[in-house]
Amino acid sequence: MSASILTVDDSPSLRMAIRIALSGAGYAVTEAEDGVQGLKAATASRFDLIITDLNMPNMDGLTMIRELRKSPDQCGTPIIFLTTESDDSMKQQAKAAGATGWLVKPFVPEQLIKVSRKVLGR
Amino acid sequence: MSGQDPIAAFRIEAADLLDQIEEALLDLGHRLDDRDLVDAVFRGLHTLKGSGAMFGFDALATFTHHCESAFDRVRKGLVPATQALVAVILSAKDHMRALIDGDGTGQEAAGDAILQALQAAIEGAGAAAAPDTVAEPAKAGWRLSFRLPPEAMANGTNPLMLLDELREFGECRVIARVDRVPMLPDLVPVECHIGWDLELHGDISRGDIEDVFIFVMDDMELSIEPLETAAPAAAAVDDALDDVPPVQLHAVAPATPAAIPAPDAVAPANGRQPAKSGESVRVPAERLDELMDRVGELVIVQSRLSQLAHGSVIGMEMVLRSISEEIERLASELRETMMVLRMVPVASLFSRFRRLIHDLSRETGKTIELETEGEATEVDKTVMERLADPMVHLIRNACDHGLETAEERIAAGKSPVGKVRLSASQAGGEVMITIRDDGRGIDRERVRAKAESQGLIQPGQVLSDSEILHMIFHPGFSTAATVTNLSGRGVGMDVVKRTIETLRGAIDITSKPGEGSTVVLRIPLTLAIIDGLLVRVGDGRYVIPLAAVEECIELSLEDDLRSRGRSFITLRERLVPFLRLREMFDTGTRPDPHQKIVVIATGTERVGLVVDQIIGSHQTVIKSMSLLHQAVTTFAGATILGDGGVALILDVSQLVALGQHQEERLRAAG
Repeated sequence: MSASILTVDDSPSLRMAIRIALSGAGYAVTEAEDGVQGLKAATASRFDLIITDLNMPNMDGLTMIRELRKSPDQCGTPIIFLTTESDDSMKQQAKAAGATGWLVKPFVPEQLIKVSRKVLGR
Repeated sequence: MSGQDPIAAFRIEAADLLDQIEEALLDLGHRLDDRDLVDAVFRGLHTLKGSGAMFGFDALATFTHHCESAFDRVRKGLVPATQALVAVILSAKDHMRALIDGDGTGQEAAGDAILQALQAAIEGAGAAAAPDTVAEPAKAGWRLSFRLPPEAMANGTNPLMLLDELREFGECRVIARVDRVPMLPDLVPVECHIGWDLELHGDISRGDIEDVFIFVMDDMELSIEPLETAAPAAAAVDDALDDVPPVQLHAVAPATPAAIPAPDAVAPANGRQPAKSGESVRVPAERLDELMDRVGELVIVQSRLSQLAHGSVIGMEMVLRSISEEIERLASELRETMMVLRMVPVASLFSRFRRLIHDLSRETGKTIELETEGEATEVDKTVMERLADPMVHLIRNACDHGLETAEERIAAGKSPVGKVRLSASQAGGEVMITIRDDGRGIDRERVRAKAESQGLIQPGQVLSDSEILHMIFHPGFSTAATVTNLSGRGVGMDVVKRTIETLRGAIDITSKPGEGSTVVLRIPLTLAIIDGLLVRVGDGRYVIPLAAVEECIELSLEDDLRSRGRSFITLRERLVPFLRLREMFDTGTRPDPHQKIVVIATGTERVGLVVDQIIGSHQTVIKSMSLLHQAVTTFAGATILGDGGVALILDVSQLVALGQHQEERLRAAG
């Protein structure tokens, strides 16, 4: 069974780019527009990987990661965040919130797939 | 980056980046040692490279990559920033702008020229030659040692995947370090308690290895050292010019864990933890030699046996018997040697209590002195470790409940210094450990009142002195009027008793009001295997631990008849009580005409056991009895005999006590 991935990003074009790249690599992709939706989706069904932007309206990525990690269901679920620049303080905050890894925007599809493979192991 | 043309968006972003780079470079020209500016330039180049690749500006990405790699060495402090370098990068920046605005054709020559100038500038900075030689990754491979931060697994890092990634590099030897795995009660299942040592063989770049750990590198313990004997310091330098793909560049955070405040600062990053002192046993060399000899002999006998199994030998039965005897002898010698290896003197246990007494003395405000005796007595290491906790309880009890305050002691006419005395001695197959205090002794009335109020006994119930004293071993019993920090929580004595019993030991307490209390622990020397004397009583077979057997004598029919009713024999001018096991076990059989008395002893007390027949010595693997039989005190366990039958193992200390009891009764009767 292909791994299921939830992507959370407020930018439709980026969501599209991620979906095309990941589904091309054989992953099942679900999309959410912000932290609130992402949280709802992750509670409704289980994902093997969550990829989220940090800067989003309604609920930002940091808050969503913190909320997710509060739930025992999400213990150990890999969470990758996207960060626009190599902003170290943001990275540290996201890691402290419970993120597994990160991907620096801009990225090419290969990098996205590589990171997904790395944390999913498949 | 929403609706508009992504290429146009990139051009705008890139123009901004180039402006930032230029600004930083110009400032750097004035302040060559400003790290922040160096970082700013590097970040700009890095982002430009990444975006360029993402939007199809491959020539730009490649060119920028070289600049970035070169500049990375400045950033890492391997090469100083020079005016020449700043100038080259500035011209490189102009070239990048051309690459972005133009279509990228016909510009390679200009780019190459700039790159050559860049190389020259780096080398001119004086540090190029050295890194180039050490920059070669260790061809033989790498030795890795890593340990993930505690929260890594909960946060989605799977250590197995990291190991899989490392394995993909080539031949890999993995050793798990489990020295920090806690005991089950302290184990947090979502934390990774295991560390790994790896030997990775093959021509792998350090950057590739670090890349595996990219997401956890900041917080983890990681050491990467070349497998060759090369100086480890060189390893830090080697990845400067490696072909590092863009996504990996964030791994350049310090690779040494020293820079990171580790959650538990005790952990050395590489190398194994020194073994805990309690987990090793010091073994004299000659004992090991002895063991080696036995094993050697065993191998010889084994080869004889297989020879026998493969061909028919004349007189097979005789050969087989001799081999069987050999093996029997070796097995018992091996067992003995092995057991001796595990023996440690109780001194190490006793010395732990010095600190405890010191602390107790401070906490209780009493002056307490610890005396020890028989520290050379040896006990099985496992037994000793399991004795530590019960003894802590007992010593705490002695100090907290037993010993009085200095004023009370003076008032009672005693020395103001309270004494706790630990002694150990070996008697037969047992080790006897005594904890004695010279305190106020156990107040029977209070024990009784407490037991009544707890509903453990009926009010007015007639109890012997020892029965009252044994009430303190009852679960939930505690006489401390106020719960102190030290004891009196109502847990302790029953736990102590249980622990001692799981060691197949016994606990006894005596106490004289005003003079103190003595707790005696009797622990068998070994845990699982004993030498036993197999005897027959009626139709049943029983095992008497051989270590407790002093001698076997015949009980003639006349002696038997003469002693009836008194059950004493005179043994070297001493009266020894004996127990007729046939009667005790109610076998309903007639006594054998040649009954034997097996004299067993614990310490100085002895008792004879009348049996029908002595079958011989028997190596006994002890099986404990089921819960159903816990109330049966005469037996310590059971064992399976060579023919498949079951024999019960007699509990020597219980039988001796029974015999002594009988003696007392008879003496009392006059």
